[in-house]
Amino acid sequence: MRKIEPFLALLLAAAMITAAVTAPWLRFVLTIALAKGIAVIGILLLLRAGQVSFGHALYIAFGAYTVAFLAPRYGDAVVLLLLAAVGAGLLGLVIGLFVTRYRQIFFGMLNLAMSMVFYSLLEKLYHYTKGSDGIRVEIMPIAGQTLDRVAYEWWIFGIAMGLAFVLGFLIRLYLSSPMGEALAGIKTRETRLEFMGVPARGVLLAAYVMSAMLGGIGGAIIAMTSRHVTPLLSYWTSSGELVFIAILGGAGGVLGPFLGAAAYELVRIYAAASFADAWQMILGAVLLLVILFAPGGLWGMAARVMKGRAQ
Amino acid sequence: MAEWFQDNGLLLGLALLDGLSSAGLIFLVAVGLNLVFGVLRIINVAHGSLYAIGAYSAASIGIFLSGRGLPDWASIPTLILSAALVGAILGPIIERLLLRRIYAQEEVVQLLVTFALFMILEDVQKLLWGVQPIHHDTAMRWLGTIDVPFGADFIPFTNYQLFVLPGIAIVTLVGLAWFLRRTLTGRVIVAVTTDREAATAMGIDAAKVFLLTFTFGAMLAALGGALSSPTAALVPGIGAQTIVLSFAVVATAGLGQIEGAALTSLMMGLGRSIAVYFEPELEVVVPYIIMVLVLLVRPQGLFGVIETRRV
Amino acid sequence: MTAPFSRRDALAAGFGAVLLPSTLSAQPAQKPAEFKIGVTTFLSGPASVFGVPSRKACEMLVDQINASGGIAGVPIRASFVDEAPGTDHLVGEFRRLVQSEGVHAMFQSISSGSCLACTPLSAELQKLTILWDCGTQRIFEENRWQYAFRTQGYGTPEVLAPLLYLLKHKPDFRTIAVINQDYAWGRDSWELWKTGMDAMKPGVRVVAEMFPRFGSTDFSTEITRLLALRPDVILSTSWGGELVTFIRQAAERRLHERSLMVLPVAEASMPTLGRSMPEGHIIGTRGDHWNNHPSPANPALFNGLVNSYRQRFNEWPIYPVHHMAQAMWALKAGVEKAVAAKGGGWPSDLEMANAFRGLSFPTPTSTITLREDGQGLEDQIVGLSSFNDRFPFAVPKDMIQFPGEQVSAPVGQKSTDWLKTLKPDFIASAGARIG
Repeated sequence: MRKIEPFLALLLAAAMITAAVTAPWLRFVLTIALAKGIAVIGILLLLRAGQVSFGHALYIAFGAYTVAFLAPRYGDAVVLLLLAAVGAGLLGLVIGLFVTRYRQIFFGMLNLAMSMVFYSLLEKLYHYTKGSDGIRVEIMPIAGQTLDRVAYEWWIFGIAMGLAFVLGFLIRLYLSSPMGEALAGIKTRETRLEFMGVPARGVLLAAYVMSAMLGGIGGAIIAMTSRHVTPLLSYWTSSGELVFIAILGGAGGVLGPFLGAAAYELVRIYAAASFADAWQMILGAVLLLVILFAPGGLWGMAARVMKGRAQ
Repeated sequence: MAEWFQDNGLLLGLALLDGLSSAGLIFLVAVGLNLVFGVLRIINVAHGSLYAIGAYSAASIGIFLSGRGLPDWASIPTLILSAALVGAILGPIIERLLLRRIYAQEEVVQLLVTFALFMILEDVQKLLWGVQPIHHDTAMRWLGTIDVPFGADFIPFTNYQLFVLPGIAIVTLVGLAWFLRRTLTGRVIVAVTTDREAATAMGIDAAKVFLLTFTFGAMLAALGGALSSPTAALVPGIGAQTIVLSFAVVATAGLGQIEGAALTSLMMGLGRSIAVYFEPELEVVVPYIIMVLVLLVRPQGLFGVIETRRV
Repeated sequence: MTAPFSRRDALAAGFGAVLLPSTLSAQPAQKPAEFKIGVTTFLSGPASVFGVPSRKACEMLVDQINASGGIAGVPIRASFVDEAPGTDHLVGEFRRLVQSEGVHAMFQSISSGSCLACTPLSAELQKLTILWDCGTQRIFEENRWQYAFRTQGYGTPEVLAPLLYLLKHKPDFRTIAVINQDYAWGRDSWELWKTGMDAMKPGVRVVAEMFPRFGSTDFSTEITRLLALRPDVILSTSWGGELVTFIRQAAERRLHERSLMVLPVAEASMPTLGRSMPEGHIIGTRGDHWNNHPSPANPALFNGLVNSYRQRFNEWPIYPVHHMAQAMWALKAGVEKAVAAKGGGWPSDLEMANAFRGLSFPTPTSTITLREDGQGLEDQIVGLSSFNDRFPFAVPKDMIQFPGEQVSAPVGQKSTDWLKTLKPDFIASAGARIG
């Protein structure tokens, strides 16, 4: 399965590009899906260590608001993506130094608390953030090139796709490195890691900072795509959505988050289009069915299909 | 300092009264969540839905019975009975049909099952009760108000909020403590909370304990909702708002610790009401500040025990 | 702020129309088989108290208009989008409806955040967009939009009218406290109120500013503080479940005996509160469409709307129903004007949008004119809560009607700048008693 993952990734990318070419509105939806997929890789990293962050929407919102605040001053998508990643990484380091002391529910709930504090700040600092009205993000130059709207949207889609590949590849390398293997050690027997001289907290902190950066990048792309940011990005239900996508996609490989994000966005859109006032129920039911009857998520399903064919 | 107290002592007294009633309500919702978490090790996101359904059911049953000549005094027992009814019906259904299938699975999957359930129940509430605010306040009106002296002035408080809410909270706390310490079933629950493996190895029927605890937790959630219904108008989304705070209480209190939940609720209730008097903009973040401070000093929560490190 | 449209803008728009392919303006448009509208509104969450009635109203009006021949002979079909999931979902749905479903007009939204996020799309996708309910002044004061129009009033008149009413009704008040929901409208409405109050009655002391969390279910601490402070006036622009909760808890503790309450968005909560609403407090409805309007311009139409809504849904219409109806009537008037201008041919998107600028359309109560910046001028009626035997809930008495133009910031001026220029003598000249 691991061997054909790159092949599957190319296939998924091809499908996404075809969809984006045929329907302009799908290009928008798929850019959002790619951005959320990137953020969900971060969730996956922490899940590898057995920790669930129920507050990672904080980093998405941080990345998005970084773009919204700095776009008028450093209005270039490339610069802003870097700033969002670095900024979210620094924030992740500060918060991570605190939260990586904790495990399980404490870890999850402290992350939730941080994101809710950030959410409240976005509402309270009304004169800077415009509260729930949110901040508009104008079309910005990319690497010095001023673009019209359609070209800009294609470029952001392309950047999201490129970043998905690069980051997915890097995280894949990381997970098979000793640092990545140690993450799995935290999940099973943390004490044993320390007997072996591996500082468990350092391993988790490194993963946490990376996941924060991934969240920041995802948030920056979301801001550049939807071009309007609101505090809702950091509400606890948005964090739940990220974990939802991680499990829907399947925690097996780095492709899972993207499968999950695309499926999530599409299901939500079709549910909202056909049953505008019961889309939550449909999403919830899909999630339940996947957990109960397709453990391993979409990635697991794909793996079983592949295996069946190989036999 | 002394001067400040002279100026604001009276206000502080009022804040204390308000804080008590709000602490009572926080406690009732959070203690059920904490109990369930202690035994089942599942953070039940749908606890918020049970709260909302408890509130809606109590209001509907109250409105129905009042229309058929139920005397006003009976509206308070009606609140408690309808909560028990909701818990007794929904608790076993959710535990048997859903949770039992996932006890063996990872923490994140369990969390998500309840998240999915939460999403489904949000829409179910809307289908059953519509979206217009529902309120039934006979209990609050029947009990009337009491004038609390305030310098040369006086402040009317509702007896319901001043006495009934904290009163029921205290009765629940004492009753729970007695039940858990003095009855066999209670001790079994404590045993499972403390060490599930050892308890089941000694022949405790975990399945029965889980069912019992979850049903009990559901009743407490519904009770919290039912008791809030006489003072609050019920609208879609109240469950989502309430559950976040309970999460913070559980993590601060320590796993499964009911005294911890009581003390935490008290701190958060008082903290919030003091904030409303002296720095209203801080009110929302007070619970999270308390949580972070407590966990800095006591990483296992206020009353939590340090778990033995598995090797 | 400059004049609404320079010649260069017009040229650029025309030029773009030639260069860009699909969905575009100057191409001859075919008369469609049905006129599709996409409606964004809250179908879940706390604001669905407004969203669901508006959806019901929309469905009812579509049926009524289709039964009488549709718009310019074309039947309407509406599809709905929930605003609750957040901006990225909503923006995606807006695009889907325009680019994939091919809707002819968008109706959006309740939340100001949604409107601010989606209005720019009306320009990018060049699609007629009617802002049917949101109230933020930022939309038309910070930008100019060629395709977007608001068919009702907005924050500034909706706050200024109750303020003027208060200044007439109780000119000697000296202290005020505010308790608003902690989100954009709660903050904006207080800023508008305070700016206007400081200009027309300087020296009022603000004794408490409280912004409890959006969606709070308990205000007892805030009420205790208000009881202790005894302000002359308490302002709250809260709505929905929170307003019901606040009034219930406040009335039980007799806060209304100590302070005069000013509730600019009270109307929608009155049917839920029933007889528990205290009498003699200032209530508003974001417009002039009270169920007991003493002299609607077209009584038959007014009663027709109220009665058919009550018959079909077994509840009283609240203001979102009227706002939806205003949007629908504006759509009919505007599109038919554009078709007539084309001598019966079907107008392009741009021609359709242009027909709305300066459009006056009748409502059951009055007439609304869409100004050159796209903002509608809706009259405001404010009164004191009271009971009569026609309604099982509070309705206003001693009503004062404020013409939309009088209480809206003039084109090209920011509301807060304009409110600062108001003088105390404006109080006496503003508004007129009706009923």
